[in-house]
Parts: sequence; C-alpha cells; structure tokens
Amino acid sequence: MTEPLALRSQAETLAAPLPALLAEAEHLASTVLLGDHGRRRAGTGDTFWQYRPAQPHDEARSIDWRRSARSDSNFVQDKEWQIAQSIILWVDQAASMSFASDNHPTKGTRARTLALALAILLIRGGERVGLTGVRLPPRRGEVQIMRMAELLSEDHQTDYGAPEAQGMLAHSRALFVSDFLGDIGPVEDALLRAADRDVRGTLLQVLDPQEEAFPFDGRTIFQSMTGALQHETLKAGDLKQRYLDRLAQRKDRLAHLARITGWQFSTHHTGESATNALLWLYGAMERHA
Amino acid sequence: MWSIGPIGFAAPWLLLGLIALPILWLLLRAVPPAPIRRRFPGVALLLGLTDDETQSDRTPWWLLLLRLLAVAAIIVGFAGPVLNPQQAREGTGDLVIVLDGSWAGAPTWGAKMDRVDTLLTEAAVANRRVAVVNLTDLPNEALPFAAPTDWQNRLPNLTPSPWQPTDPAAYFAEQSGSFETYWISDGLDYEGRDVLLSALEGFGEVTAFQSPRQIFGLRPARFEDGQVKVSATRTPVGNLTETTINAIGFDPAGVERQLATVPLIFEPGEAVAETAMVLPPELRNRITRFEISGARSAGAVSLTDDALKRREVALIAGRDDREGLELLSPLHYLREALEPTADIIDGALEDILLANPDVIILADVAILTDIEAQGIEDWVDNGGMLLRFAGPRLAASDLGRAEEDPLLPVRLRSGGRSVGGAMSWGEPKSLAPFAEASPFFGLPVPDDVTVTSQVMAQPDPTLADRVIAQLADGTPLVTRKVMGEGQVVLVHVTANAEWSTLPLSGLFVQMLERLAVSTRPVTPDTAELEGTTWLPNRVLDAYGRLTDGTDLPGIDGTLLAEGTPGPDVPPGLYAGGDRQLAINVIGKDTMLSTAQWPARITVEGMAVTRETALKGWLLSAALMMLLMDVIASLAVGGRLRGPRADVAVAVALAIVLFGQPAQAQERTADDFALQATTEVVLGHILTGDRETDEVAAAGLTGISQTLFRRTAIEPATPMGVNIETDELAFFPFLYWPITAEQQLPSREAYGKLNRYLRSGGMIMFDTRDADTARFGSGSPEGRMLQAIARSLDIPPLEPIPSDHVLTRTFYLLQDFPGRYASRDVWVEAAPPDAEQIEGMPFRNLNDGVTPVIIGGNDWARAWAVNDNGQRMFPVGRGMAGERQREIALRFGVNVIMHVLTGNYKSDQVHVPDLLDRLGQ
Repeated sequence: MTEPLALRSQAETLAAPLPALLAEAEHLASTVLLGDHGRRRAGTGDTFWQYRPAQPHDEARSIDWRRSARSDSNFVQDKEWQIAQSIILWVDQAASMSFASDNHPTKGTRARTLALALAILLIRGGERVGLTGVRLPPRRGEVQIMRMAELLSEDHQTDYGAPEAQGMLAHSRALFVSDFLGDIGPVEDALLRAADRDVRGTLLQVLDPQEEAFPFDGRTIFQSMTGALQHETLKAGDLKQRYLDRLAQRKDRLAHLARITGWQFSTHHTGESATNALLWLYGAMERHA
Repeated sequence: MWSIGPIGFAAPWLLLGLIALPILWLLLRAVPPAPIRRRFPGVALLLGLTDDETQSDRTPWWLLLLRLLAVAAIIVGFAGPVLNPQQAREGTGDLVIVLDGSWAGAPTWGAKMDRVDTLLTEAAVANRRVAVVNLTDLPNEALPFAAPTDWQNRLPNLTPSPWQPTDPAAYFAEQSGSFETYWISDGLDYEGRDVLLSALEGFGEVTAFQSPRQIFGLRPARFEDGQVKVSATRTPVGNLTETTINAIGFDPAGVERQLATVPLIFEPGEAVAETAMVLPPELRNRITRFEISGARSAGAVSLTDDALKRREVALIAGRDDREGLELLSPLHYLREALEPTADIIDGALEDILLANPDVIILADVAILTDIEAQGIEDWVDNGGMLLRFAGPRLAASDLGRAEEDPLLPVRLRSGGRSVGGAMSWGEPKSLAPFAEASPFFGLPVPDDVTVTSQVMAQPDPTLADRVIAQLADGTPLVTRKVMGEGQVVLVHVTANAEWSTLPLSGLFVQMLERLAVSTRPVTPDTAELEGTTWLPNRVLDAYGRLTDGTDLPGIDGTLLAEGTPGPDVPPGLYAGGDRQLAINVIGKDTMLSTAQWPARITVEGMAVTRETALKGWLLSAALMMLLMDVIASLAVGGRLRGPRADVAVAVALAIVLFGQPAQAQERTADDFALQATTEVVLGHILTGDRETDEVAAAGLTGISQTLFRRTAIEPATPMGVNIETDELAFFPFLYWPITAEQQLPSREAYGKLNRYLRSGGMIMFDTRDADTARFGSGSPEGRMLQAIARSLDIPPLEPIPSDHVLTRTFYLLQDFPGRYASRDVWVEAAPPDAEQIEGMPFRNLNDGVTPVIIGGNDWARAWAVNDNGQRMFPVGRGMAGERQREIALRFGVNVIMHVLTGNYKSDQVHVPDLLDRLGQ
C-alpha cells in the first residue's frame, strides 16, 4: 500500500544528492574558462585550418579555386579537424571512498564532483562523455550530465572499487578517479587493456589527509569501511613509517603504470581545493587531445 | 584507636588491604590498554605489517603508580584515619588546675579557658574531683574541689588579673592531701614560681601547659631632652619585630583619640627597644596613656601621670629697666628653676591669657590694667594658678593696702621691712619649719636660707589660714588663697637674690614643685607618701582596658610607693590632692623573662588540637587520581589524538570542570556606579545572610514603591551594597539590618563608612529585635551593633524627640513603628543650646541630617513587598496591624524625605502651616 509512497521517498532520497552534486559540479566547472577546442591539425571540420598545394590524390572538387586563381598552382583548403572526442569516466563508488576525516568532504564526494565537473566542461566543449561499463555510453548534451549525475550518486557496497575496462571505445580518452588503495591488480589490468585499445587517459588518486598522515597511536584495530578487512596493532605509532612507505610505493606503482601506458597520474587530497584538481584534470585532458 | 604519629585509624585492619597492592600491580601490568576500533580505508596497506614488539603494550609505570596510589588512598581512607586523635588523658585521684591568671595571659585567655574546658571534660570522663585555682585570685580557704562539670559552669567567671601572682606558695603550704596538678602557665616568670613548683610537686605529678608566645611590656614613658621616650621590653627575645606605640588622650572635644603613633623596632636579639616622640606640649599634656597597638594586655598599656605633664608657665616681670644685668633680673632664677621641667611662655599678658597657661608668675608686678586684672581673675577662677613675687615696686605701690586686692592673697602693710642690713637691727631671718597643713610640709629647711627684706602682711582674721610658709619669727613668707577653682600665691620676697637667699637654694625649686608650678620628679618616695590616701581614679584590667575606679576604696600611700601592682593596688591612675600617680604593670626597669620548666616537668602546648577526620580528604584524593587516570589512559591509548580526540578532550574537561559552577559575573565598578547614580537608589548593606538580604531588598522595594506613589521621589530598584567592595557615596540612604553572625567590616570599610557618615550619608541600623529586646540591652544583634558601631564616627544620640524634623518631613508622625512598635528609635542628639522659642511648636534644631537612625523595629519586614506587589509579612493583627503598617510606611517616607531634603521642614516658613495642621 505504501509502495508508491515508498518509491517516491526512495526516489527523492536518491535524487537528493543530485542537484547538490550538479550544482557543485557546475559551480566548479564555471571556474574553468573554455579554451580553444580544436584538434590543431587538418581534418573534417568547419573552421579554416590552412591552404596547401594540391596533391595528385586530391579530388578536383576539393581544390579551392579562389585561392588557386591568385597563383599558378592549385591549392586545397584544409579545415581543422574537429571531430568530437569520446571521454569515458570511471569514478570509484566503493565504500572506501566514503571515508572522511575532520571536516573534509568524503573522498567519494570530491571524486564525483571533480568527475562531473569535468564532464560538464567537456560536454560544453562539444565532446561526448560517458561512463565505463555499458550503462552510460558516451553521448553529448545536457541530458547526459543529468544521467551521469544520477549514476554517480550510487554507492557500491564493496570495500574497494575496480575499474571496468568494458565499454571503452578505441582511441577514446578516459579518466579513472579512485583512492587506489585496494588491490592494484584490476587497475593494472584495466590500464593495460585500455592501452591496448589506444585509450589514453588520466589517473586521479583522491586521498584523505589522514590517509597521508596516519596520526594514530596506541593499541588500535583498523577496519575497512565495511568492516570486512581488519588489522590489529599494539602500537599504531610504530606502523606509521611503514604505512607511509607502502603508500609511497603504491603511488610509485601507479605513476609507473601511467608512464608505460602513456597516462597521466596525480594525487589529490580532500583537504585541498577542488579547483586545482579540476584545472589539472582539464589540462591533462587537453594534453592528450 | 591504633595510631601512627599524629594519625589514628578507626579501622586499622582495613590497612591490610595495602598488602594486595603489589598483586594489583602485577595484574594491572599484565592487562594492556583496551584497543580502539578505527575505520580506516588505508587498512589494505597495513595488512601483513607486524608490530616490532611482539609483547603486548604495557601500561606505563607512572599510570600504574597513579592507580595504585588511588587504590591505596581508598584503602587508607576507609580505614578511617583521624588526625590528632584525642587520647583520653589518664589519671586518677584529685586534680588541681592551676592558672597563672596574670595580665600576660590575658590575650590568650580564651584559648586557656578552652584548654581548661578540655581538661575538665577529660577529668569528668575519668571521674575525678577537680579544683581550679587562679593564682592571682587565690581562694580563701582549702582547695575548692568539685565535680568537673561544676567547674565547667564556673569557668566564665574566671578572669585574669592585671598583676602577677604574689607568693602563691604560701597558700599551697597550708594545703594537704595528694593531687595531680595541671599548671596553665602564662609563659612569664615571676617571683616565687620555683617555690610553688616544688610545693606542688610535693602533692603529686605536675604537668605544665605553656604556649610559646612573645609577651610585650610597655615601660612608663619619660620626658627627656624635649622628647617623650617610650621603651618596651619583650620575652622571649626573638627576631626583628616591629610594633607601633599609640599615644592616646582626649582631644579638645573630650573624645578619646589616638594622638600620636610611633613605630617601635626590636632589633634581633634585643630585649628592650626604645623610641622617642616629639610632640607639641599641648598634645603631650593631653596624653593619658600609651599602648602597644594590637596587644591586648595590661602590660602593653602604660598610664601617664604628672610625671609626663609639663606645665606651661608664663613669666611676667615688671619693667626691666636695668638692661643686661642678667643675675639681677627678677625672672632669672625662676627661669633657671623651671626650664628643665616646664614649658615657659613669654609675651604680653593678653596673649598669654589666650594661651591659657597652667601658671602665671608675676615677678614684682604692681600695676595691672583693669582689663588685664579682670582677665587674670577669670583665668584664676577657671583653675589657673597665679604666683606673685614681691619686690620694690610691689612694696612701693599702694596695692592691697586699704582692702584686699583680688589678685593678692593678703592685705599688705606699706613699705615692708628690712632686717639684718647695714642700716637695720637684727639678724637676717631664717625660715621656720613648714606646718603640717602647708603644701611644703616635709621639705627640709636649709640653714643658709635667710631673708633680709620682705613685704609684710596686714594682720587679718583670715591671715593665719592663708600662710603656708613663715619665717622663724612668725612673719608670713608665702601666703595663698583659693579663688574659684584656682589659687593666688604671694611670695613675700623677690624672685631674685636681692631680698633673700631663697632663690639660690634648692628649697626654691622644691617649693615650686610643691606648688605644682614645675613638674615633679618621677615618683614620690615612701616617706613622702606615708600617711597619705590615694583614690583610684581609673583602673586597668588585665586586658589593658581602663575602667572607672571611683567605686574602689582609697589606698594607703605607702602601698603606692612600692609601685608594683597587686591585689591591694590594682594598676591604674590614683589621685591624691592635686596630684596624680600612675601605677603601671611594667616599671621603668622591669625586664620580662620567660617561665622555664625543669626537665622533669612535662610541658604541653596550649593549643587544643581538634580531631580531623581525613577520610573525606583521602577519598576525594582517590577520586581526583582516578580522574587523572581517565585522562592519562586516554592519552596513553591514543584517544587524545587522532580523529574524534576533540570529543574525548571535551568530555575529560567536562569531567574535570564538573561541579565548579561558573562564578557569577562580576559587576564592574562602572556598571555599579551607573546603576546607582542614574536615579535615586536606596541601598541596603549586604549582611551575608541570604534571607536577611532578600527581606531588606524587598523592604526597600516596598518603600520605594510607596515613595513613587505618594511623593515626588521616584526611586529606582534598590541595590544591595557590599561595604567591602562597593562605593557607598552613591547612596543617599543605606539600610543596615544587623544579624548576630555578620562579619565586622574591615579597616578600609570602616574608613569608607566614616567618610560616608561625615559627608552626609545616612545609615539606618535595624537590629530587628524590638519584640524581645530593648535598646542597648544584650540581645545578640544589639551586641553586634555595638561591636560594629564602636569604630564608627557616630555622634551623641537621643531618642527621637517629639519635635525632631523626622516627625514632620512629609507626614506628621509621633510613632516610628516597623513590624514592631518600639519607641526606642535613636537619632543624633540635638545640640545642647537648642531652645524652644516661646510660641513655637518645636525647637530650632541643628542643621543637617542625622547620620544614623538606630532602632530594632524591623522596618524592612513591615515595608517588604514581593514581586507581585503583595505584602510579605503580617504586621500586628487586623486593622490595627494595617494601621501600624501604614504608619511604618509613613515613617519610611519621612526618613527618605529627611535624607533628601535635610532640615527643610525645620524652616520657620512652615510654622504657620504646621501649627494649623497640629491644631494649635
């Protein structure tokens, strides 16, 4: 009897973060100026790129007669290549991302905000943006943003997330946002497969300041966010250095992976400004273009 | 009760629990602190990391120690520790408690009585008979043995005496039996104490009670080189000590005041300290006693007598026509004789009379103007002493020939006589021994005093009475007559050596002393005092307070000659004839020494140690330690750092701060001043008793409302005033309910109160006890009021007279009831010269506002209203009670009107209206 009501309530609960997420992402995106979006090489498009002497393989109808009339040889007008790019996002929605310390936002919130803000920027720039997997293939338009926000708002119940390599279009661009604290295997796998398909992209590691500082002491039982994993220590203070070493190793490994696959890698802390991270992301996307 | 040192235990077996502490130590060591559970995504990186130390983390040793201490404190606490447990004094048989009871013990008399009371309680428990003997006030017959409870009832009657015990051993020599002795010593050695001690040891064991305390004795002040030298002695000789000496005397208005204060510094190791005061003679002669400030004992008070007084003597000679012949000057010998002991005034006669000297000496002055003569006559009538010397001018004048001159004691025959000269017959005349009635009686007559010329007295019926010294042939040499309160004395020879050798002899000086012209030497000797009777004027008690001694019998002079006070001669001021003699506790060479006890005597302190249960302290200490343990455990367990540490810290702080209520916000002085001065505000003094203060506030609220409704005075909400911290000057009127328990104001507060009273403020003292006590009677509140008012500058008081301006400042009233309707309401007395003018309904009274109204009618309760404006307390019964309340309110209105308008209604301009209203 309460089904419609319950459904409505659930829907509202589900939709509740959406406007906030959207608003936040829009706000964040508005801080980045849309720059030139051309591919900076000749190709199909509307904008003039250059005149070049006609080659034998050029069709006669492609010759720009007006230009050719001013000289003895024939010229062809090249347009700037303006093909739309497909960009695929993966945002870790696992439980570990819901960690937050002090008054910082959770890692998940920050990751989603950044991803969505980038999506907004890219869609406004005329690119097609989608999520990995099959649920949201890349499309353009404002509706895509709404759908993406909806899907990003979901939470997964696993402890650590693994990127999906499915649904990655060849030659597309990709953005993986996660804390990369879980098993590195799936990430490596996904990256290698992406590299196989000539997908270039960016790894953004989002960490909480406490995960960097490890300010613990005394007898402690550390638990993962779902409680599935736990580790007991008698002197947490003694573990600090070794934990930090491992974290540095993990970052090195990610950086190394990125290097060999031609990806970009950066670490963002929730204690810092989100705008910086967005700028970096935007720049990283540009570089691949 | 089992005890260690000064601490006893009610349940010592519980202390066995302390044995368990080492076990607890081991247990606590074995148990590591409980782990904290933390959510942390980085745990994936931690997996596989092992601790360096495989052993479990131990609780740090200091935390263990803290916990053990807490547990130990709990165990010891429950074992019931008691500091200074009262050990019942053992002993059987009769007990005699001997009190030194001298002035030296007066300051600590209360403590001594407490000690005796404790001893008596113990004796009562042990079922012993007790006799309490005050050595300065020995019982008449055998030792007064009685039950200890009897003695406890009689303890308040025991008082110290302002002298030392005199020969107490003689009394005990007559006693028999055996008894134990507790000797409550004053700490001062005196003659016969050793003998007494051995006598008492003959009866049984002796235990002494003596507290180490410095005793000061103030020696009589003396006059030396124009300064008043004051010295004091002390025992035991100690470190550097600084005290002050106050010189106390009457001011011109007759009020006793502190005339001078001088610091007195005892150097380390010195038993005697001396200091000097330089005072103008006017002030010096007013001093009646010196006191060591703060020492409440007769030894710290030194009364002054004639010895310190320096008489002011005015010397006037006839015309001095022989300039430069110093030795022939009529005043030379007088000056020489008087200068060491008196203050000499020179000047014109009119100026001298204004200075009101004690003595005026006219040396060969024959002619006085009428005004001068009249002035001198008035001055003599008021107690002055006129001393005249004869001389050629007096002999040549017609003064006192035909009839007696008022300023001469006798009529004079013209010319005088000369004997033993070159042109006359006979030998120069020598002096006859002085008659018994003469003030010179007893002075030896030297042979070499001869008289060659003199003026002669006319034989007269009164002559014989007036002669106080005569020559060997019976001719008067010195004559005297009493005039009013003063006297006129004529010496029939010159004041220089021209007519006689008298001024050259020592007799001259002695005669001047006897005539009280010059100051007498310090103490009269036995021979001089023999046969005289002296009346005690003021006597000292052991606490150094002066009381009226006029109801005591006169004392034989020989007793006074010894100069030591005793039961027969209480220290004080004695009057004999025109002289005053002070008997002081401390003589001019007295040295004090501390009572020493032989090693065989047990000496106990005077302080009665109170049992102090330590259980509460120990348990709270344990609680505090456990609290510290909470914080320390949090710190050790890492809970004071890391996430949510703020919560832990806040909780810990909340625990620590729990139970400490935030102090009420202090009123700043500015706020207070603004609140008190923006409008008229009535104030009441905060007594510290909450109920009284609330009632006072409600009462003033009630009268403020009444004033608001009925008069042009529109007071704001009344304020409570703390006399220690708040400024009083803002309040025109202060209501002071007296409670028996309140604190006496501090010195600063008294200063403030006196300033307030002098500058026109009014304080209404309400003892609130008029239902049970009359004014001045000994209710606790009345006594408290007396104690408070002692240091206040309160003028002479009288019950509100029927024509006081308070009776008509707003309402016409003759009753001043509050909740009680006593007529005993006192205000400043009208000046004595206030007179009622014929046809006027009231006297023309003093200006200004009475600074105090003192009564006990509990006005505040009659005025009091609660927040709803309802009367808080019933007054009387029925309509009569309501009428009384109405009158009480009217009185309040009148008081505030009086405060704010002063004597406005005393003005004559209101007389017709008032007469009309009064129906006269």
